[in-house]
This record gives sequence, structure tokens and C-alpha cells, in this order.
Amino acid sequence: MFRRLDPPPETGNETGTVFWKGAPLEVMLGQSVAAALLEHGISTVRESAKSGAPRGPYCLMGACFECLVEIDGMPGRQACMVTVRAGMRLAPQRGAVALDTLGE
Amino acid sequence: MSAARDAQAPEAIIVGAGPAGMAAASILAEAGAAVLLLDENPAPGGQIWRGVDAATAVHRSRLGADYAAGRRATRRLAASGARHLPGTTVWQLSPLVTGAEIGWTDGQRARLATVPVVILATGAQERPFPIAGWTLPGVMSVGGAQTLLKSSSLAAEGAVFAGTGPLLYLVVAQYLAAGVPVAAVLETTAPGALGRAAWSAPAALRRPALLAKGLQWIAAIRRAGVRHIRGVRGLRVLGETAATGIAWRMGDGRWREIATEHVFLHQGVVPSVNLSMAAGLAHRWCPQQLAWVPRTDAWGQTGSPGLFVAGDGAGIAGWQAAEARGAVAAQAALVRLGRLSPVQARLRAAPDRRRIAAEGRLRPFLDAWFRPAEAFRVPEDPETVVCRCEEITAGALRAAIAQGLAGPNQLKSFTRAGMGPCQARSCALTLHETIAHQTGRPAGQIEPLRFRPPVKPLSISELADMTFDDGAGHG
Repeated sequence: MFRRLDPPPETGNETGTVFWKGAPLEVMLGQSVAAALLEHGISTVRESAKSGAPRGPYCLMGACFECLVEIDGMPGRQACMVTVRAGMRLAPQRGAVALDTLGE
Repeated sequence: MSAARDAQAPEAIIVGAGPAGMAAASILAEAGAAVLLLDENPAPGGQIWRGVDAATAVHRSRLGADYAAGRRATRRLAASGARHLPGTTVWQLSPLVTGAEIGWTDGQRARLATVPVVILATGAQERPFPIAGWTLPGVMSVGGAQTLLKSSSLAAEGAVFAGTGPLLYLVVAQYLAAGVPVAAVLETTAPGALGRAAWSAPAALRRPALLAKGLQWIAAIRRAGVRHIRGVRGLRVLGETAATGIAWRMGDGRWREIATEHVFLHQGVVPSVNLSMAAGLAHRWCPQQLAWVPRTDAWGQTGSPGLFVAGDGAGIAGWQAAEARGAVAAQAALVRLGRLSPVQARLRAAPDRRRIAAEGRLRPFLDAWFRPAEAFRVPEDPETVVCRCEEITAGALRAAIAQGLAGPNQLKSFTRAGMGPCQARSCALTLHETIAHQTGRPAGQIEPLRFRPPVKPLSISELADMTFDDGAGHG
């Protein structure tokens, strides 16, 4: 499990509550959504598009698209590229992103 | 000027705020050019200097001198007058007779602009590391683990690091400096590679500091008593729904295993070419770096006037060379913009050209020392997933190639490999080398995968709200 060595440099050390599958999580704000989830031991964030296999963050730099999640109802967001904010409703990306949801 | 326009039309757009992009943007802006620096991340620095402005002194010292050096570059950028747009993704680039049309989005609204100068400084990404079980949660790239360390101060105890390359050693050393126990280092570097590399590229021996840095990292691993296995020939990650361990095979053919929830994989970095390839720029296969590299002249100028590539995106050479290549491209760009004479550009670029040459002499040594073994580039095990998005295995690819497919574009149409959301970032090189391996054709003679815009996905609503800027002052 990932543990914090000291306060995260990219943040003002403020915490806030986000919701993962409806359950509240207290997270350090300002870091990426992926980092916030990993700190809570959540390494599986989606189901693969074809077989439904569990997947989690891999490259953490926006290249691999393995960390796709749903954020506030918007599917297919890269958790490693989105800064976590208080109140975010996060859910696993299940399967492929449906085209009709892309336009909001 | 319309009210919608909040700034001067850019003369130059730089893509990527790493060492090359920051150097280029700073120099152009200092010379008075209107510069827009687009970058996906929340702060400047690229991958190497990720989070450097916000890092505490403790954190910086833990990450080392090369990391701390980034502060000089970010300060210069901030003072230069270049307009930096963080959190911005470039989704398209089309060369024009001179300059280019470029599209980007801030996640809310897409924009399109024509500019006389575009400098791509898209940097590097890690080479794919296709082994059995590499899609399991808990498996990450070493670069990914380092990103969590740099920007969030997160580290995982008891991780296993597997693979080869300077970054592997560096991150293990950074973990140990932070007091985080490492379970094992499983090295896939070919036995004897260091000696052979030194023999074949003696120029590196004139830079003992570099060799010393590498040997220091290895010594740190030894001092910490970390289990260090060299000469690993095969790897597979264990686990059903998440990583529970990793097994490795030695020259004797026997598999051994160790339990861990965290496996960090790495076998070098390669240029990020999705954007330069989607723009239709010419690329060449680099047999030393086993990757596609954009063709440029010594100034970073591509075959399209006004379109430059600088930094590791133009071939891996490290951050010092990247900074110098960004600077050189900026001088050439100033000539194009009519802000500098060719003679002045030559004079100003001379020190950076020397830096590039010095770094370039070291590369053959590093490329040879850390050359990833073929067994880890072209998976032997047919069950190994190659295309992570579409879940296409090595066996399925080989069966399709056996039908006589000419290259990766046909392979993509037949198998869907490379068609998922990552747009082949995680598999293009594996597809390419698998075809080369199976057909016996040289990799450089096989047409590369064609990348198409948008190079990163964007939503219909972002496009619907798009504004166009023709660079002439109309909103």
C-alpha cells in the first residue's frame, strides 16, 4: 500500500471529502485523483472494455489510459490527469466509454 | 481585436513544459516573441521536474541534484513573459506551407489556431514492458511510481522493481533515500553489458561522473541489503484480480518467485511521437534506441518549415541535451520570425550545440548498456497481453501476422490492436517489433502505425464550443 512520506508538495495540505462508489473518502486535495485513490489502497479503478478484467493506474502520466474513471457523471476521465477536488463523485469506468455520454 | 481575445496572437506555440519546452519558450519570450506554452500537467517541469516548484527542501534533497536543477528552469520561464497554459491538451496538429494549424483544449473548450512557429517538446514515455500479468492492478511503470513520489510524496513499501535502465536504478535509490524498504530488484540488463558498452563506446569513459552516478545507485542498492537479482531472462506477474507476487526465470530455466503487492516495471524510455506522427512528419527507425524518431536537422527543424521538434521527443538524449535542443530550436525559430539574423542565431546557439554534442557522445554507451532484451520487447508467451486496451495477446498477433500482414496498420485492422483509448501508446512498438521478429524484416523497413487526430480524446461539447484563431487578430 502507498503511504505518505510527508505532506504532498503539490498541495496546500488541505483535505476534503470525495465519494468513491458513494462512500466518503478523506483525501489530500490538489493531487491527482489517481494518487488520492491509491493512498486509500484503491488500486483497481475500472473494468477493462472487453473482458471486464480489473485494471488500475499504470503510467501516471496520461499515456496509458488505464486509470479511466467516471467523475461527477462524466465517464472516461483520466484519474492521473485530473486534480482531485472536494465533493467529487468518483466511480469505476465499467467497459468502454459509450459514445452518447461523451457530449454530456 | 475582438473581446473574446485576451492576449496577443501567438507567434510561437510550444507543446510540452519539460526541459526542452521551457528553454524554448523562455528564449523566444525573452527575445520579445509572443509565446504560448501548452502543457497537460498542472505545473511546469515535465516528467523529470514534476512538482519541482512546490517541493520542500527535504523532498528535493531526497530526489537528487538533477531534480533540484529544475527550479532554475521554472524560474526563468516565469520571468520570461511566455504565456504558460497548464492543464491543456493538444489534440491536433497540421503542417501548413509555413507554420501549422494546432488545436488544443483546456477540458472545457477546444481552440484552433494557425501560427508561424510550433515547437514540439513532447518528451519521452516509457517503453512498453509486455509480460504476463502486467495488466493486473498493483503493477505500475517505474516512471509511474516516481510520479507518485515526486508530486504526492507517496511510496509503496515492499515493492519489487523489475527491468533495466537508469530510471530503474534512480527510483530505487530515491526510495532508499526516503527510507522506504524495497523487496527486490530484478534486473533484466544483459550480463556483461556494462563492459561491452564501455568497450564499444569509449567516449563515455571521458565522462567519469556519469559512470560514477550509475555505480553509486548500484552501491546504494547493495548497502541497503536489497535483494538484487541480475541476469533475469523471464518475468511474469502473479495474481488473479491484483498483483500478489512476481516470478522470474534465470539462465538455468528455473522459475523463482517473491510475494509483493507492488510491481514496478521499466525498460527505458522512447520518444513520445503520437503528435509528430499524426502531423505526418517524417520519422526514422533508430536501431540503437529501438524506436521511431522524428527527422530533423541540427536545429530541430522538421521537413515542414516552422515546425520543430526538440528534446527527448526528437530522440532520447537526457534532460541536459533536451534543454540545449530546446534552446537551439528557439534560436532557429527566432530567425523564422524575423527577430534574429542567421549569423546571430549561429553565434547564440554555439554553446548549446557543444552541449548537445557532448551529451550525444555518451548516448551510444547508455543505449548499449541498457539495451532491453528482445525477450521483453517481443513476448514469447502467447498468452501475454500486448494491446492493453483491446486485450489482444501476443498469440493472436502472431496468428494474424502468419497470414501475411504487411505491417502494423493491417495488424490493427485485423485484430483491433492499437485501436483503444491509449491510441497504441502502450503497444505500437511491441506490434512493430513483433512483426519484424516474425517476418525477419528489418524494423526500419516496416511502415509504422499511422496515428490520427485527435491524438487525445476530446468531447463533443468541447468541440461544439471551439473557437478559431487565425493568428491575424480575429477572434
